[in-house]
Amino acid sequence: MALLELKDLNVAFEIPDGEVHAVTKLSFSIDAGDALAIVGESGSGKTQTMMAVMNLLAENGSASGKALFKGEDLMQMNAADLNKRRGKEIAMIFQDPMTSLNPYLRIEQQMIEVVMHHQGLTRAEARAHAIEMLRAVRIPDPERRIRQYPHEYSGGMRQRVMVAMGLLCEPDLLIADEPTTALDVTVQAQISQLMTELRAKSNTAIILITHDLGVVAGLCDRVLVMYAGEAVECGTVEQIFYQPKHPYTKGLLKSVPRLDQPDDSGLEAIPGNPPNLLLLPEGCRFRERCPSAHDACRDTPPMQLDGQGHAWRCFLGPTDE
Amino acid sequence: MPGAVFWGQLMNDRVLRVQDLAVHFKVREGLLFNSKTYTLKAVNGVSFELNAGETLGIVGESGCGKSTLARAILGLIKPTRGRVLWLGEDLGKLDEEALRKRREDLQIVFQDPLAALNPRMTVRDIIAEPLWTFYPRIARVQVDERVRGMMKMVGLLPNQINRYPHEFSGGQCQRIGIARALVLNPKLVVCDEPVSALDVSIQAQIINLLKDLQKKLNLSLVFIAHDLSVVKHISDRVMVLYLGRAMEISSRSALYKRPLHPYTSALIKAVPVPDPKLARIASDTGLTGDMPSPLDPPLGCVFHSRCPYVVKRCELEVPALRRMENGDWVACHCAEELDLTIGKAPT
Repeated sequence: MALLELKDLNVAFEIPDGEVHAVTKLSFSIDAGDALAIVGESGSGKTQTMMAVMNLLAENGSASGKALFKGEDLMQMNAADLNKRRGKEIAMIFQDPMTSLNPYLRIEQQMIEVVMHHQGLTRAEARAHAIEMLRAVRIPDPERRIRQYPHEYSGGMRQRVMVAMGLLCEPDLLIADEPTTALDVTVQAQISQLMTELRAKSNTAIILITHDLGVVAGLCDRVLVMYAGEAVECGTVEQIFYQPKHPYTKGLLKSVPRLDQPDDSGLEAIPGNPPNLLLLPEGCRFRERCPSAHDACRDTPPMQLDGQGHAWRCFLGPTDE
Repeated sequence: MPGAVFWGQLMNDRVLRVQDLAVHFKVREGLLFNSKTYTLKAVNGVSFELNAGETLGIVGESGCGKSTLARAILGLIKPTRGRVLWLGEDLGKLDEEALRKRREDLQIVFQDPLAALNPRMTVRDIIAEPLWTFYPRIARVQVDERVRGMMKMVGLLPNQINRYPHEFSGGQCQRIGIARALVLNPKLVVCDEPVSALDVSIQAQIINLLKDLQKKLNLSLVFIAHDLSVVKHISDRVMVLYLGRAMEISSRSALYKRPLHPYTSALIKAVPVPDPKLARIASDTGLTGDMPSPLDPPLGCVFHSRCPYVVKRCELEVPALRRMENGDWVACHCAEELDLTIGKAPT
């Protein structure tokens, strides 16, 4: 059984101008101990998908569909039952380490709260556990550091605290929403390395939400590519990086600036802009920017499967260029 | 003498010379009676030169002083020490009025495209504002014609001239920002992280646009970024900054193959490779810890606290930026002994 399975998830937001369809009929699953990347540009719905699963949508948002976690539907669960799982079985690391920590509370207070609540440890035990965790994420001098406030930490250290907090209860599933985006490249490399190590140690499944294909390549086993609220391609990292089938995935891979390219090779950009989620086009949502678009693309393309776990939403066959 | 002619040519091409530029800020920490004043050396003795039509990439992590440097070059911040020579003229010695005239040549593109545009002005007014400022008597028809021309040049539809910034996407807003910077036909444009707020597919569009425009208009560009992979596609030379000091200034071809400074090498190794096979064998950056606080930088070489090749001398003596045999510049005591060729195991 999959650890988490999403079936036909829809997320919409009510705004004065109408209804924004952030996520449309999204289905995917992740097994225990797996690492899945959800890749897409801003507005592709990658964050709102996980917010809906955690029941953290903004007030004007609504979600439908199923999110089965160990066979139980998170969408139908009441707050009390959900709270038993959030933080303990499912943890989430948010994008911005500056704003996700409470500036008024010491790191200690913020860390031991979760453990005391979920594992019923005493304050002293929880504290010892938190110090252990800080040491695991390589915060120097954790006994002293744990007494400090978030502003006394650098950006990279705050994100490491977030990772430590996420892993405190050894969750089965860790959702990391752009965990390295706000960080400098050298720190980014450290955090990625850390997550790989911790994953190997505790067998935690990871859903990594990101727009950075470089981070994905090093960290994940499978990739789900989203565009304008839809899944457009899903497969193993090798399938996605070496044999991409969807024109959007191909374009995305070509537009990433790489260090291992010859000096004067230009970047191949995808022309145009993503569609407005208020006025989604009929048929294929990537049609207007697609180099291979033809008349058939006015109809909604089917999800094609190759039988080896690779799926793509396009009329192009497995061998079409 | 042919040598002299050649040298004269070279001097003419050199549009911008920055000499020992430093910007220090006074920072107060602590409460009322307990407070202490510190000096934050955001930029601390940076020198470089820029030729006409050349692009210099400036790379560094947050807090290294790259944005402050950009502003100091344009005279938006008064430097504490050092000079900025624009076409041989010291910008710091000019009075307000004279400096204002020079600004026609010197323009900037900002990082956050939406925040850099006034939300209550139409695209026409935004792009035309520099024209009105420098040529108050210009005819309206002429302005409109010029604005439409600029919009076409940066890839916007001229019929969107009456729209407001919120009606555009991030990438389009950055195009508006670029049109505004280029409307006066400047000679130098400083781009302060122009693509870091944009999505990858859009990022590539803007980089390609800047590259095209530079060729077309023979612009000199200073392109600031925090990521070496972005800079690679646009720069002729790259300067690497760390805690307000230049660690290395090298030509692009040399820098990405064999960096001279350990920090450059770490930055290159830290860039994630979008290729699963290569990413798994990716080398460790060798860096430990975080960047020290710029309020209390390490003595000696500012990078010594994180450098994997540190020796005793690094803790005592600040390495000067010096010229190597191939013409590139580096500030490292051990540059000759280290072979930091990318893809080679460290020795």
